[in-house]
Amino acid sequence: MNSRRLTGLLFCLPWFIGFGVFMLYPMVAALYYSLSDYSVLLPPVFIGFDNYIELFSDDIFWKSLNNTVVYASGAVLLSMLTSLTLALLLNSRVRGMAFYRTVFFLPTLMPVVAGSILWMWMYTGDGGIINTFLETVGITGPAWLADPRFAKPALILMAVWGAGHAMVILLAGLQDIPEHLYEAALLDGANWWHRLIHVTLPMITPVIYFNLIIGIIGSLQVFTQAFIMTGSTGSPERSTLFYVLRLYNVAFQDLRMGYACAMAWILFILVLGLTMIMHRTSARWVNYER
Amino acid sequence: MTMRTSNSRNLNIYRILFAFLALAMLSACDSSENLGGPRRITYWEKWSGFESEAAEKVVARFNEIERTKAKSESGYRPIEVKYVSVARIEQKLLVAIAGGNPPDVAGAYTLMLYPYVDKGAVLDLTPMLKKAGISRDQFLPSVWDLGRYHGRQWALPTTPATTALHWNRRLFSEAGFDPDIAPRTIEELDHYAERMTKWEVIGPNGASEIRTGYCPEIPDENKRLLQVGFLPSEPNWWNYAWGNYFGGDLMSDTGEVTTLSPENIRAYEWVASFSRKLGVQNVQRFVSGFGNFSSPQNAFMSGKIAMEIQGVWMYNFIENYAPGMKWGVAPFPHPEKSPQLQSTTFVDADLIMIPKGSANPDEAFEFIKYLMSQEGMELLCLGHRKFSSLIAVSENFYRDHPHPYIRIFRDLALSSNRVSSSKTGIWAEYRREMSNAVGRIQNLNVSPRDGLTEVQSRITNAEQRNQMMLTRRGLSK
Repeated sequence: MNSRRLTGLLFCLPWFIGFGVFMLYPMVAALYYSLSDYSVLLPPVFIGFDNYIELFSDDIFWKSLNNTVVYASGAVLLSMLTSLTLALLLNSRVRGMAFYRTVFFLPTLMPVVAGSILWMWMYTGDGGIINTFLETVGITGPAWLADPRFAKPALILMAVWGAGHAMVILLAGLQDIPEHLYEAALLDGANWWHRLIHVTLPMITPVIYFNLIIGIIGSLQVFTQAFIMTGSTGSPERSTLFYVLRLYNVAFQDLRMGYACAMAWILFILVLGLTMIMHRTSARWVNYER
Repeated sequence: MTMRTSNSRNLNIYRILFAFLALAMLSACDSSENLGGPRRITYWEKWSGFESEAAEKVVARFNEIERTKAKSESGYRPIEVKYVSVARIEQKLLVAIAGGNPPDVAGAYTLMLYPYVDKGAVLDLTPMLKKAGISRDQFLPSVWDLGRYHGRQWALPTTPATTALHWNRRLFSEAGFDPDIAPRTIEELDHYAERMTKWEVIGPNGASEIRTGYCPEIPDENKRLLQVGFLPSEPNWWNYAWGNYFGGDLMSDTGEVTTLSPENIRAYEWVASFSRKLGVQNVQRFVSGFGNFSSPQNAFMSGKIAMEIQGVWMYNFIENYAPGMKWGVAPFPHPEKSPQLQSTTFVDADLIMIPKGSANPDEAFEFIKYLMSQEGMELLCLGHRKFSSLIAVSENFYRDHPHPYIRIFRDLALSSNRVSSSKTGIWAEYRREMSNAVGRIQNLNVSPRDGLTEVQSRITNAEQRNQMMLTRRGLSK
């Protein structure tokens, strides 16, 4: 091995070590534990696919998966629509634009825990700001986080709070669209709707695609909001018992780490599968300038 | 680049790497185990705030005694306890034990103990206790038994607690009740609760007035709860234990799951009756307006709830957040037809144990021994404003105690109707299942019988699974 290659490898070593110790090893270990009866306190005992078999017949597992899929669909859709709308609005030339951009980005800078506590107050059934507003228009609002019908939608609604991130990325994409495309469209008599559908959106599909993937991965792992706002049991009536919350309970309250590792691997395969499907289908709707 | 500079650069890189390695090795060899110096042990405890301060004082006192002993006895190496306050101890202790590097001695919740014992993570104290002459008859039996599992002693109680009915004297007087006398039966409690429930009612002309009672004749959209006499869901901490007040239990002494018993069904029928009388959505809205437990907006301290179950610690919070409040304490009521169930209470305690893998179990036990002495115990329990786990107390202990009702809590610990967490490795799961079922029962989305049936079947399965796990490892008792 020549010395230049050795030097290069040495420089890469910190990354290799970091990846190996903090990613690869835990993943492989989790795979082995998922096939074991493992309580952390005792060495794992290999039990084959028993954990997976039990998982598939566990109705709380399905309930948590269902909750998570509903949440992820709602939250991703809502935050995509919000961020896209905001980005389009903030892409116009208005005085004080830098101010508006900052304001809409600000909520993303707030820690999730602080944001969750703030939203808890907003969702208060008696005297909360949301219900007080609803009352002025003659609607008696529910106790959002205590009513099993409303708790999940309430958490989904919160996703607009984090739309700032996607908004900034979309905005950058919007500003990359060459002006001459709009000029050509105008010459052809396109109105704003045509320009949006036929120029703007196709041109930013790579950015939308990126946000979509990041959004789905993030929302499938939703944990903090629910943990803070509705507790680790996923109350009311398990309506906010999300996948990772269930995993946390099984791992750290019940000390059933093997079972929890099986859940983690299923989530990993699920996310991997979804990303692959999106990647495969992206050729049909994502435009890359070549 | 010439070959020479490239080589010297490589050399430099190796030097830097070597320096790092040397540093890492040096820091790993932190064995400053000085043969003549003190025997240092580490004590992890879960408390924070004033509770932590009290524990630090006890530790300081123990270290002082040890130093004095070393001065008078030549050759004696004193024990020095290093106190570490650890948040979320249930997780950190788990990782530390699994990693083979636990503290020498650690505080624990009862919830943690039984699964830890099941998995062999706790040192059996029985032989050490025998040798030291520490036995059950010196302790409040109910509190001592919390550390007992499968006939062995795994942990000892530090600060004990029992629960009782707390009531707001002002709201009693306002409703025309004697503020010194609490309801004695569940039926009386129901009557008191109704009289102390208040609504803001909007009349047909838009004017609002205050009405007392459950007001079933007024439609929900025209009324709003202002105050409730009693609500089983506040605080929601022992929602699994209502059966005990009606003579039920979650597990038999022999370890059978007994969720679905007539007593438990009756208890949760009673719990659901409040949702029926007050209206599910009215309660949800009312409860969602409660502030944090430890804040002046706490439902009981701010007068939104007139009566609730609380533990001996409530005094500390009232002193802190509602210092002028007039309140009282009495044993929780029993059903009128079951006088044998009077003084039912939930007994719990903070425990202390030696994790398996502790580097200095003997020194750790010496410290535990001090904590279990009258001096150590009283120093700690007075600091926490709780009663002592020991039967024998110094003359002034209860006289100087700041808690005005401390004797009631202490007597409750001796009640024949004391209940505690079920001793099973799956208790956390049992509690979660109960919590979910009780939530559905309170929302009137499932009948008590059906809700409890579901828990019974789930927990029976979980118990079998746990037994299978223990058998597989040869740990079955």
